[in-house]
Amino acid sequence: MDHIDFNRLKTGEVNLGTSIMAVQFDGGVVIGADSRTTTGSYIANRVTDKLTHVHDRIYCCRSGSAADTQAIADIVHYYMQMFSAGKAPTVHTAAAIFQKMCYENKDTLSAGIIVAGWDESAGPSVYNIPLGGGLFRQPWAIGGSGSTYVYGYCDATYQEGWGRDETITFVKNTLALAMSRDGSSGGVIRMCVITKDNVERLFVPGDKLPRFWEGQEVLGDASKKVADTAVPMES
Amino acid sequence: MTSIGTGYDLSASTYSPDGRIFQVEYANKAVENSGTAIGLKVKDGIVLAVEKLVHSKLLVPEANRRIQTIDRHVGLATAGLLADGRHLSNRARDEAANYRETYNSPAPLKDVADRLGLYVQAYTLYSSVRPFGISTILGAVDQDGPALYVVEPSGVFFGYNGAAVGKGRQLAKTELEKLKLSELSMRDAVLEAARIIYLVHDDAKEKDFELEISWIGPDSGNLHVHVPKDLFDEAEAKAKAALETFE
Repeated sequence: MDHIDFNRLKTGEVNLGTSIMAVQFDGGVVIGADSRTTTGSYIANRVTDKLTHVHDRIYCCRSGSAADTQAIADIVHYYMQMFSAGKAPTVHTAAAIFQKMCYENKDTLSAGIIVAGWDESAGPSVYNIPLGGGLFRQPWAIGGSGSTYVYGYCDATYQEGWGRDETITFVKNTLALAMSRDGSSGGVIRMCVITKDNVERLFVPGDKLPRFWEGQEVLGDASKKVADTAVPMES
Repeated sequence: MTSIGTGYDLSASTYSPDGRIFQVEYANKAVENSGTAIGLKVKDGIVLAVEKLVHSKLLVPEANRRIQTIDRHVGLATAGLLADGRHLSNRARDEAANYRETYNSPAPLKDVADRLGLYVQAYTLYSSVRPFGISTILGAVDQDGPALYVVEPSGVFFGYNGAAVGKGRQLAKTELEKLKLSELSMRDAVLEAARIIYLVHDDAKEKDFELEISWIGPDSGNLHVHVPKDLFDEAEAKAKAALETFE
């Protein structure tokens, strides 16, 4: 293996060319995803659920091959059911098993997974497991093809100390921006708020997505012409 | 023993008519012949101590340890057949390492005890093997704080605040019951452990012995290690002094 082939989906394989995200806040985590599944340019499913249950308070967001990530999530779900410490497994435990599988089978898998949830010992936590099978704890994580368009937005917007509602807004806006720029993302936004007490599912339909600047006609309109004298910027 | 000559004690895979497995009971006899081992679960740590009977003056002091380290945070002390103790500690190390490998975090002691219990119990099922001739004290400071377990030859295991196995276990248990374990500091627990081992040894009027003490807790950086020499010497001296006044 002299290089990693990042584009190794087989012809016709179903792809989660995706925008996914997870953010922790004081009392829990908010996870979110778009709903598009593609085979090439064809949208195989426009209402996909990429937020997958692995234990009572642990979920994962899946990106990459739909088949690979479903299989991995199934296996981790099974591990979590076998877990026998007499109490619920930690998010770190689940993430460690995801990581082990992603790392040991890195040559055959295409899976980028974000694991998030709430547990008794660490409280809310988010773990990112990108393509090679690393394991990183982060206050927020984005993933999938759409995420590349919104790193700057997240860096500029995210702030520590947010509550539940601010965090939901952040996730919703980030995903809407990613979905509008990324051709492989789109459809609806699905979100989960995972706290000590419950898991709440949120849904934003395709015609109720947050809207931002969408461009306007400039060319050919003489009245909109901008003066070409350069003015030094202030401060 | 009523079992002798009946034929029901020839294999660990045969019950006696009243539902006993004599080979397991014999394994317990092997434990009773061995030097005492004790474990104390105190306020923020664990102390393990054993009375290692020295059968020859030619043996190198401090060699042939009976307290072993299973993982960074787990210690094990056995009473019974020495070779069985070595074998089981190897198995315990494998189990602890396997847990680390799978879950990427140190094993809770309950899980180690659980897996060792299954392993030991399997040796009571087949006619081709004999049950382990050891009782095992497991101690650790894990995610939930200090923990102490004893695995018996039958494979059952229980959690304890204070544990004693081996020849002097009865006297050791009554001494342990007198202590306020949940209020004891680790240093004081080391002193008490040394005193109890010296006391039960004196009671049995046995041959030479060597005291071995280890601990896990804040004083050892939450690692399982044998106690530092100065503390060990202090504990041994005080234990000997206590014996004088006891008599």
